[in-house]
Parts: sequence; structure tokens; C-alpha cells
Amino acid sequence: MPYTAERPQPRPTPEELRAKIPGWGVDLDPKDRPAFPREQRGIPTGAHWDFPERQEEKWPRERSIEHKFLTPVFGTSTPPKGVSGAIRKYAYKYSEGRAAHWLLLIGADRVDAWENHLRSFVTLRPDNPITESGVLSEFKNHGMASRWGRKRADTKHQWMDPIIVAGPWLLTGTGVVLALKGITKAVRKARRR
Amino acid sequence: MRAMVYRGPYKIRVEEKDIPPIEHPNDAIVRVTSAAICGSDLHLYHGMMPDTRVGMTFGHEFVGEVHEVGSSVENLKVGDRVMVPFNIYCGSCYFCARGLYSNCHNVNPNATAVGGIYGYSHTAGGYDGGQAEFVRVPFADVGPTKIPEWMDQEDAVMLTDALPTGYFGAQLGDIEQGDTVVVFGAGPVGLYAAKSSWLMGAGRVIVIDHLEYRLKKAREFAHAETYNFTEYDDIVVEMKKATDHLGADVVIDAVGAEADGNLTQHITSSKFKLQGGSPVALNWGIDSVRKGGTVSVVGAYGPMFSAVKFGDAMNKGLTLRMNQCPVKRQWPRLFEHVRNGYLKPSDIITHRIPLEHIAEGYHIFSAKLDDCIKPIVTTAA
Repeated sequence: MPYTAERPQPRPTPEELRAKIPGWGVDLDPKDRPAFPREQRGIPTGAHWDFPERQEEKWPRERSIEHKFLTPVFGTSTPPKGVSGAIRKYAYKYSEGRAAHWLLLIGADRVDAWENHLRSFVTLRPDNPITESGVLSEFKNHGMASRWGRKRADTKHQWMDPIIVAGPWLLTGTGVVLALKGITKAVRKARRR
Repeated sequence: MRAMVYRGPYKIRVEEKDIPPIEHPNDAIVRVTSAAICGSDLHLYHGMMPDTRVGMTFGHEFVGEVHEVGSSVENLKVGDRVMVPFNIYCGSCYFCARGLYSNCHNVNPNATAVGGIYGYSHTAGGYDGGQAEFVRVPFADVGPTKIPEWMDQEDAVMLTDALPTGYFGAQLGDIEQGDTVVVFGAGPVGLYAAKSSWLMGAGRVIVIDHLEYRLKKAREFAHAETYNFTEYDDIVVEMKKATDHLGADVVIDAVGAEADGNLTQHITSSKFKLQGGSPVALNWGIDSVRKGGTVSVVGAYGPMFSAVKFGDAMNKGLTLRMNQCPVKRQWPRLFEHVRNGYLKPSDIITHRIPLEHIAEGYHIFSAKLDDCIKPIVTTAA
């Protein structure tokens, strides 16, 4: 018990543990642990520069205002574009310490998804929530058996996932149908006059 | 080339993309032969990580063959089989010079709080990842290493993130001989952290999760005692009882942002994105560890604030240690452990999924179908 000075429970001996677990204690000495001490000078890294050569900046690369300058190397995936791109560029006016920075970026992510879904409808490959969500694996990979009768904590919220994926599509579809109906009705009414 | 592409929360597909070009003299282009889906990829997949853009290719665990090298690359040549740590790092900045490769200051213009990570949103630098046929690998003389002849390819993939992160998590715990170590999460990182804790001399290792098949794996793979938190009214009280009311000496949070166990925490973070992550496991850890103990955090959280119980941590005099793992620093020792048979990383792989079916692979992993623990993505390139 912690109410007295000694450790509460007897421990197995090193010999017992070694017999049971291959390699028990091989890193017992902190000196054998590669992350000890946390900061170490002089580990060869392979770098043969003091400061790396700069990568070409092909478009005004957004960067944290906590950086002194654009880092010499950076990723070039998916440059910002459209409304989401404008929101992202605005978000980078705030430092990483500001909630506005992150909330704007999260907001831009949602706008980006919608921009791209809509754009996909004028391409030969429109978004398909059935194939892109991988939901067909529910039938091939034991969706029911993987959950039924198992005390899984995540089943309490997994029912929300289809709503997150399909909900906006259903709402948009319903909106489009209602709008078309309204337009047709208005046109018919106008013709009758 | 064919590549996995993000299309918005819970949606991905395979698209045709250009093979990435050399953009810096120390770049290499690697033809990916095997990649993995990481539990932290699910945070991106669920739309939790800010600045995750439609069109990005995920994947920070991969191995492959060098396809092309930039003009200043000295250590690799075309045709070399390489394993690539998930960290992108320069090897020369203030932090790299001190071994903190995951905190490199020269590779991520978008944020100073995190280094560069392949395929992990613009918050981690805006690099496309390795769930594709080809990937750009910056600082080819620094990050990648030739896969040793004796090493199995799937073991090598597990050594690019999951195993080093678990092993690093155990090191952050500063385990002393005979310590009781509690690991929250029986996913890949938790399993490796539990197994690594024994190498560091733990006297007792306990793993906690809600997925029975993963706890079974923890018993078999990591020789751990296990607790399914859904079977107890309060897992913190149970941990106190299990340690004669002292608490664990060390707790490792190997769950991160999407922890279950508290619906409000989960929904506010995973569904409404109002927190950087659901800190359920971290809070349980803070309450389960003994006073003066250490909590090691290797589960990934987003950059926003999270409702963490800092008052308890302060009052208990805890040491909180955490970081993204500097992978390559762990490799020499881990290579020895793999070669000596103390660790067999690929033992936890449960699914091998062709790139063409990666959308289903993500769903299987996310929804925990088919007793999935670790899925590998194979490319036909």
C-alpha cells in the first residue's frame, strides 16, 4: 500500500522475467537507450551543408508568421485555390498560437471538400461516396460480426459516420429536387397565365 | 502513376498523378513497394487535422526502391532498396544537430510546432506521402537508409514509424527495473510500446483498450496483462486496485486524438473538431499514474487545444514527456533487437491491401472490421 514506505507488491525477479520474455532488460541501462539523453550533439546525420540549398518557390508559398523566412525545403502538394485557398491564405496571417488560425484552416478544409465535390460533377469522374468511403467493405469484411456482441466503445458514435458522409449529399440532393420542383411549378404557372 | 488521393472527410480514391519531380538537389524519387496505413492517418481521413487539402496523398510509412536522385545526393543511387523514416528533416538545423529530427526547423513552412511528415497535411509541411507508386523524398542523404539484406520488407515498413514510436514511447517513460507500466491503446504503437517496456526492465506491463481482439494480441505478442475498459465502471479506480492503490510508475498514451471512453470528448473532437483531440486516454493516464510518476505521450493530437487535466498532473508532481519519434535515431538499436529476435515487427500485420482497394482498406481500419490491427498497402508498380 502507498500508505507505508515500501513498494506495495513483490516483483518477479530478473531471472524469472528473462525466462519468460526474450530480451527482458537488454535496455535496462539508460545508456543503451537511443533517445537518452534527449538532446545529443554530434550524431552523424548525413547532412553535408550548414544550411540547405533553397528549393525554388514556384508560387507564393503560405507560411507560419512564426518563421523568420520560408524554410529552404517545403512540400508542393495541392497549392491553395478557390475560396478555400483564400481562407487558408487569410488563416496564415494569424500565428499558430491563435485559435483563429486553426479554426479558419478547419473551415477552409470543409469549403475545399465542397468545392472539389462540385467541381467533380463537371468532370468524367464525379465523386462517388459509395466507393470513396469504402463502405462496401462492410459486406465483404464482416461488418456485423465485427461489432455484434462485442463490447466496443466506438459503436456508440459510429452510427454518426454515415450521416457525416451521406448527410450533406442527401441535403443537397433534396435541395436540388425541391428547387427544380419550384422552378417547374413557377414555369407552369407562368404559362397558364 | 497511381496514388491514393484524399477527397474530403471519410472519402478517398485512387487517381492518376504525375510522377513527382526532383525539386531540390538533395531529393530522391522513390518507387514505393510497400506502405502502411497508420492510426494517425485516420485523423486526416476523419478530417481532424487542420489544412488537410483535397488532392493530397497520405502515407508516412513506406519502403521502396530509388528511382531518381538529385544532383547533390551522395549516399544513395538508383536501384537501392530503402526504408524512409516518417520524419522529413534536414540534419543540420538547431534541432537536428541535437538529435531532435522530428522537430526539424528547415522543412515545414506551415508550422513551427511540428517538423515535416510525409502525407500529413500542410500543417506538417504539405508533402505528398507514400501511399502511391512514387514519392518525393527530400534530404535523401539524411533520412532514408538502405534496407539491410537480412531484413524482411514488411519488418522494414514497420520500422519507418510504428515500432520506433512505440519503442520511443517506452523510453520517454524512463522505466526503471521492476516498474509497473500501463499502456493505453492496443493498436500497433501500443503493442510495440508494451513489448519495448520489457526490454527496458519493466516488472509488470498492463495494456488497456476496448477491442478484445487487440487485447488478445497484447497478451500473446507483448506478454501483457490486459484490461477492457468497457468491462469496468471506472478504469482509473481499477488501475489503482491493480497496483494496491499506488498507481502505475509509468503510463504511455498510445491512443491520441480519437480516444474512446467518453462520448462528449470524442464527439467534440472527432466529429465537431472543437478540440485538437479527445484526451480521454491521456486524462486516464494522468489519473492512473502514481504521484511523481511519468506519463509518456506518443499518441498523436492535433494542434488545437484539448481538455487535458493539467491540475491533476501538477498536483501529482508528474513528469509529462512527449514528442513525435525521431525515427532514425532509434534504428541502430532496433535493428539489433530485430536481428536478435527480441522484436518481430511484422507479427502485428493483419491486412495486405492492393493500392487500388485502399478506400476499403481505410474503412476496414477505421471501423475496426475483420479484427484489423495493421493494414499494409501493396503497389503493383
